[in-house]
Amino acid sequence: MTFSWIDAYWPLLLTGAWQTIALLVISVVFGFLIAIGLAFAQVSGGPVTRALSRGYCTFFRGTPLLIQLWLLYYGVGSLLPMIPGIRQSLFWPILREGFFFAAVSFTLNYAAYEAEVLRGALLAVPKGELEAGRAFGMSRWKLTRRIWLPRAIRIALPTIGGEIVMQLKSTPLAFTVTVMDLYAVATKVRQDTLLVYEPLIVVTVFYLVITAIIAGTFRLLERQVPMRR
Amino acid sequence: MATAPQGIFDLLSPYPPGWGGVLLTGAASTVAISAGAFLIGLVLGTGGALGKLSGSRPLRLLLQFYTIAIRAVPELILIVGLYYAGMDGLNRLLALFNLPGFELNGFAVAIAVLGFVQGAYMTEVLRGAILAIPVGQIEAAKAFGMGPGLRFRRIVLPALLPNALPGLANLWMSIMKDSALIAVVGYQELALATRLAGASTKHYFIFFMASALIYLALTLISNALFNLIEKRVRRGQPKPAGGFAP
Repeated sequence: MTFSWIDAYWPLLLTGAWQTIALLVISVVFGFLIAIGLAFAQVSGGPVTRALSRGYCTFFRGTPLLIQLWLLYYGVGSLLPMIPGIRQSLFWPILREGFFFAAVSFTLNYAAYEAEVLRGALLAVPKGELEAGRAFGMSRWKLTRRIWLPRAIRIALPTIGGEIVMQLKSTPLAFTVTVMDLYAVATKVRQDTLLVYEPLIVVTVFYLVITAIIAGTFRLLERQVPMRR
Repeated sequence: MATAPQGIFDLLSPYPPGWGGVLLTGAASTVAISAGAFLIGLVLGTGGALGKLSGSRPLRLLLQFYTIAIRAVPELILIVGLYYAGMDGLNRLLALFNLPGFELNGFAVAIAVLGFVQGAYMTEVLRGAILAIPVGQIEAAKAFGMGPGLRFRRIVLPALLPNALPGLANLWMSIMKDSALIAVVGYQELALATRLAGASTKHYFIFFMASALIYLALTLISNALFNLIEKRVRRGQPKPAGGFAP
């Protein structure tokens, strides 16, 4: 076991860590917003929106994330340049990057899993609380904003923590589409120094630390709003 | 290039100019890898659950470490790490006995690695399922003088199956999706076959969409099968009381 390579590679490790965290934060934040829409579409939407949302969730939960990522990066990525004028557009430097495709596919995937969690939580909010809100003369929108959604998020909080950890564990897939995330850095160290296990161990420790931070944060969050069981 | 087949059905046809056959072979090996890993995971998980529930203290600590470590580390890192470690370790073991080292069959290593990872999750699912069996039933079996083996086969196993099946079904779905990660270490299952097909025809979108649909079909079929099995093992169980619907 030699760890002397860390001296030369720590700036690269830091950028890798930054990319991993950026992917995680982007996919969790945007995925959660999409998930709210998907969950409400299933709980209180009409038959068409309900079927669309169910279809979305089934597709993204029923196929491997790796296939979704490659479908976007290779499939959509090879079709994109056919759109006239896109190469000259402002967004081309972003659209060209593997990072963009990784972020989009992780977001869509996370949204599907999270929507399923939120759907259950929305249904688990006690009916009496919603009726009480309605009795106070709250409009549908206000009732959703003040009572239904916040209560559902509180109920789903432990599961959301678990889902975020799962999401963190899928971020290394980004290395297959040329993103220089933490795992890609470990691969590069392996190619440069011919050490197989040491870079993997360092990277693993990093993932464990982030997992511990996420778990700790959610424990604190859950304590903020005590729940009677 | 001008004479190459270009229509979707030409590309996906199962006979050589089309790539459908390659995809289907890939799908078959995906199912085979998943099934093998699932069985290995089942064996490891049963042993792990029984060990965690009734083993000695060092054994329990060891199993605790196994389940926590496997479940905390990203699957890709585990698979890549174990893939190389497994090959390396086996070749060193062979060298120790003065046997010639050999290039391991990627298929066997893939099953072993995924099964080892799966075992950790199975341990937790089965442990929970065993704990959910009413103690009285096991005590009654003991009172009848059943030995541990007979007790497990006749009482514990049939009683834990209904509790464990939803968890096992989830694991089966996740292992089919995780088996795509084997593509990263270069074994040709469905995901890698698709990438090859895409790379040589430049029709990435069609092929990835096709393989996504194959995975989806596999998932939906397994879902239906597991529902049937669950109905079968739950026969004779009382139906949940009315008014329980969400």
